[in-house]
Amino acid sequence: MPPTALDVQIEKQLADFTLEVAFRTSERPLSVLGASGAGKTMLLRCIAGIENPIRGRVVLNDRTLFDAEKRIAVPARDRQIGMLFQNYALFPRRTVAENLAFGFADDDRVRRDRKVSSLVERMQLGGLESRYPRELSGGEQQRVALGRALGIEPQALLLDEPLAALDTHLRSQVEMQLQNTFATYRRPVLLVTHNIEEAYRLGEDLLVLVRGKVAAFGPKDEIFQRPPSAEVARLTGCKNISRARMNADGSVGALDWGCRLRVGHSIAKAPKYVGIRAHHIDFIEAGGAQAGTENVFPCHLSQSSETPFRITLFLALDSRTDTANETPLQAEVPKEKWQRFRDSPFPWHVRLAPESLFLMNE
Amino acid sequence: MDWSPLWISLATSITATVLTFVLGLSAAAWRESRAGFAAALIDGIFLLPLVLPPTVVGFFLLLLFGRNGPLGKLLMQFGATIVFSWPATVITATVVAFPLMYLTARAALEQIDPHLLQAARTLGASEWRVFREIALPQAWPGILAGTILSFARALGEFGATLMVAGNIPGKTETIPIAIYFAVEADEIHRALLWCGVDVAISLVLLSGLYLWTRQGHPLRSGWGYD
Repeated sequence: MPPTALDVQIEKQLADFTLEVAFRTSERPLSVLGASGAGKTMLLRCIAGIENPIRGRVVLNDRTLFDAEKRIAVPARDRQIGMLFQNYALFPRRTVAENLAFGFADDDRVRRDRKVSSLVERMQLGGLESRYPRELSGGEQQRVALGRALGIEPQALLLDEPLAALDTHLRSQVEMQLQNTFATYRRPVLLVTHNIEEAYRLGEDLLVLVRGKVAAFGPKDEIFQRPPSAEVARLTGCKNISRARMNADGSVGALDWGCRLRVGHSIAKAPKYVGIRAHHIDFIEAGGAQAGTENVFPCHLSQSSETPFRITLFLALDSRTDTANETPLQAEVPKEKWQRFRDSPFPWHVRLAPESLFLMNE
Repeated sequence: MDWSPLWISLATSITATVLTFVLGLSAAAWRESRAGFAAALIDGIFLLPLVLPPTVVGFFLLLLFGRNGPLGKLLMQFGATIVFSWPATVITATVVAFPLMYLTARAALEQIDPHLLQAARTLGASEWRVFREIALPQAWPGILAGTILSFARALGEFGATLMVAGNIPGKTETIPIAIYFAVEADEIHRALLWCGVDVAISLVLLSGLYLWTRQGHPLRSGWGYD
């Protein structure tokens, strides 16, 4: 199969901002991450041809689907792009088999039946062929919708919040099925989500959308490890972001935490922010490194919040000077570890490892 | 006993309902995808027959189809006159029933989840197929309600029909007109009989339609897709 690529460069006026996105993606599944209302769904709708941008172009494998200048706008029905809608949009008066066959209804009966049974097998829908959508579970509905979209042998696949409508316990299972589907699909896949973990697990590349603009685009690990901006850091789940100031000695002052830090990787010219992920904060247990060691700080617990297996600790560093304005550091610790030091006397000592810290220019 | 008003009424109402169904539904589907001042104005024109007194509707139709009216003249060239003929009963019944079909069909079409239509389009369906196979079955209960209302309105049409089609026994005399003239002529029993017939037709047809729609989806079996 020749390499395939989706080239998108569009501009579309939305209610309170302009969606302005440009990127190119090929066979690596691309997660589009953004808060609700960032324009993610509109981006998919513009690619699918349900909406038309005001400027720009959409090119799929050398086939121009949209070009504002050349006044080309291929209608959705001719784009051969499979779209999975957030609510699945299954046709309620059609059975599973009829839903699956909708995209190739013109085929003769034999061909159609063969295609339906191959989709049924691929989507693990055996025995459900004559059911109606309302008689299916959420996970089954999702599989029917995905199978229906794959039935047109689409040149690209767009998924709008594919897991949002599912119960939590179904998600990991459905996620794995999606990963398997992507693995065999080998064509551009765009997946829109507001869930950081979904975006990370399902995509190989990541595009972060903030108020209609691309805030980050690239391989997911790069973006998670070195978010280019505070906004992206926050959107990718970073809990600790402080205003930063470069000191003459090469250390970085974290203004909101009240400490001086050594940062591992090459330092940007004038970093505005410094960040560290909550699970990267180390606790030095009794007998470990002492205060005064690089990036180790004494601190007090100001608050905590528990989930079943982890605990989030809100820590105030003792080195702080301006108590009113400082944001506590959030550290996330497995409960077993927490049990070991919860009763130790204050101050506790935390280490912000230089290699875990990252700087941001905006 | 002359039963002709019964047959005329049935033929008129059924023909008018079929016409209204097609016209009202097409108008609703056309209007659904449009917005703006022109569309709103057209909306108003479509709904006029519902709010205007039947005499006004009848008078306009007379102006339109009369000897000197634009449509009347045009038809005259083909040797056809509409006024005081059976087609006039159909035209008046269609005009007064149209707004009901239009309104209910539009409301029903607007209720459809737009994602269903968009999904069908991304799956390669033409606009006609989207309408026939997705929109129509989804909107079917509302469309059916509109059809029933249109039939009821057509069957009960009196004022405009009297003005445009007159009262020609065996030709344009429908049941409501027969009742009116029976009462005028003090033939109370005849009036009562026609009233009874009217009630019976309405009951049979409306409850029949109701039962029919309860048996699954008529479009599934009737419109032949699988």
